[in-house]
Amino acid sequence: MIELRKVSKRFVKHVVLDGVDLLVEDGQTVALLGPSGVGKSVLLKHIIGLIKPDSGEVLVDGLHVAALKRRELAELRGKIGYVFQNGALFDSMDVRENIRLGITDEQCSDDDKYCTDRVAECLRLVNLPPEVGLKYPAELSGGMRKRVGIARAIAGKPKYLLYDEPTSGLDPMNADVIDALIERLQEELGVTSVVVSHDVRGSFRVADKVALLWQAKIRAVGTPEEILASRDPAVQQFLERDLEMAVIQSESVGGGG
Amino acid sequence: MTFDVRRLVGRWSLRAASHAGRLTYLVVDMVRGLSEWRIYIPRTFEQAMSIGYGSLFIVLLVAGFTGAVTSLQAGYQFTGSVPLYIYGAVIGESVILELGPVLTGLILAGRIGARYAAELGTMRVTEQIDALESLGRSPVSHLILPRVLAGMMVIPALTMFANVVGFLSGWLAAKSSIGITNADFIFGARYYFRPFDLWYSMIKATFFAGAVTVIPCYIGYNTQQGAEGVGRATTLAVVAASVTILLLDTLLAKLLLNH
Repeated sequence: MIELRKVSKRFVKHVVLDGVDLLVEDGQTVALLGPSGVGKSVLLKHIIGLIKPDSGEVLVDGLHVAALKRRELAELRGKIGYVFQNGALFDSMDVRENIRLGITDEQCSDDDKYCTDRVAECLRLVNLPPEVGLKYPAELSGGMRKRVGIARAIAGKPKYLLYDEPTSGLDPMNADVIDALIERLQEELGVTSVVVSHDVRGSFRVADKVALLWQAKIRAVGTPEEILASRDPAVQQFLERDLEMAVIQSESVGGGG
Repeated sequence: MTFDVRRLVGRWSLRAASHAGRLTYLVVDMVRGLSEWRIYIPRTFEQAMSIGYGSLFIVLLVAGFTGAVTSLQAGYQFTGSVPLYIYGAVIGESVILELGPVLTGLILAGRIGARYAAELGTMRVTEQIDALESLGRSPVSHLILPRVLAGMMVIPALTMFANVVGFLSGWLAAKSSIGITNADFIFGARYYFRPFDLWYSMIKATFFAGAVTVIPCYIGYNTQQGAEGVGRATTLAVVAASVTILLLDTLLAKLLLNH
């Protein structure tokens, strides 16, 4: 379970999070929506301990993340897979080595056969052919980089998966491929996930629960149906704008084909 | 006006204290990371090969020209006023005590320092360092320790090569310009030479290696604000490492030669 209790964070004078509460039950997928620059990625980085809150508590697996010692935090991070917005792949390593780095268990990471098999399995899970393993990140397309990022995040068999804008910068067709992949991974791996996005359509497809981060606070939380039915003007404004964009994009793709 | 100066001094003091604190924290992290030798040792050798071979040509080129120019200028200044064997002492001591270590340090501040700051800065702004942390791995053991240790191994060795090449080129230049005999040159060089001179050169090179590696790694590791930040970090790393080399040069001369 992931729980944020009254989490606040400011950078110099800019308040990014102001008393944010969020609960993600085990096995659940929560989509965190909000406009660009509102602090969604900052919230996600609190969960994995890359950023510490100014006040409030972040609990993962019942552990108070900000209070963990170095070794305890490393152990906790071994249970969490983090998919970065632009992949954050190590450009000096090929795809195989990148994915292998995601195998966090010390005994497993020393076993060459296990690592080779696991890398191949992860590539298969993200629908990439084995030969991609020999390429370097600079040789991959945007969609492939995202998928390699996901493969690296799941290589350590995490209990939690955090996705930071997994479909940003992709065309609608590639975004659909990634959304389908997230859905399939949820079913196959049964992990607890938080998906940060500003793509309403994709988020509604993959999430059990949706939260809207608006002006440093969680403005609304609920099932996709509850959010769609919300009368809150901020929610309506955000949804309308994004769904309109999704319709325009899907029409242009349909027209082009 | 007074108020502004106070604020400026205050701001600079706070910034300096903040950098000092974070740099100390990084060094402590490096010491802690020494136990993870299985991670950093293979990477250290990769880095050492890369920076060692890559820097050898430019270091020897500069050392060769510096030795020759020192010899030619000594010839211009002293001809007729001192015995010829003094040239051996002047060239040998200048190269070993000062020119070899300092010029090698300054060249490598530009070459290795810029590289380290740019590499780590790019990794920071493209979230590769965050990714490493998110995988429960220590960026210090994976990225910083190998670079620092490789520099500490390679830079003193390069300095010794530079000393040898600088000395030999100075000798050749002295022979061709002022017609000194091999016997005179060797006599002068040996007469004023003390074994401690080589130790002093080595100690300086080791301290300079620390400046050339730790400072750029610290600056690169703390880079912010995208491509512009990487550019700024790279420039700052070279300037900071070069200034530190000059300060250390003075400090070590005072501590080790004038006690």
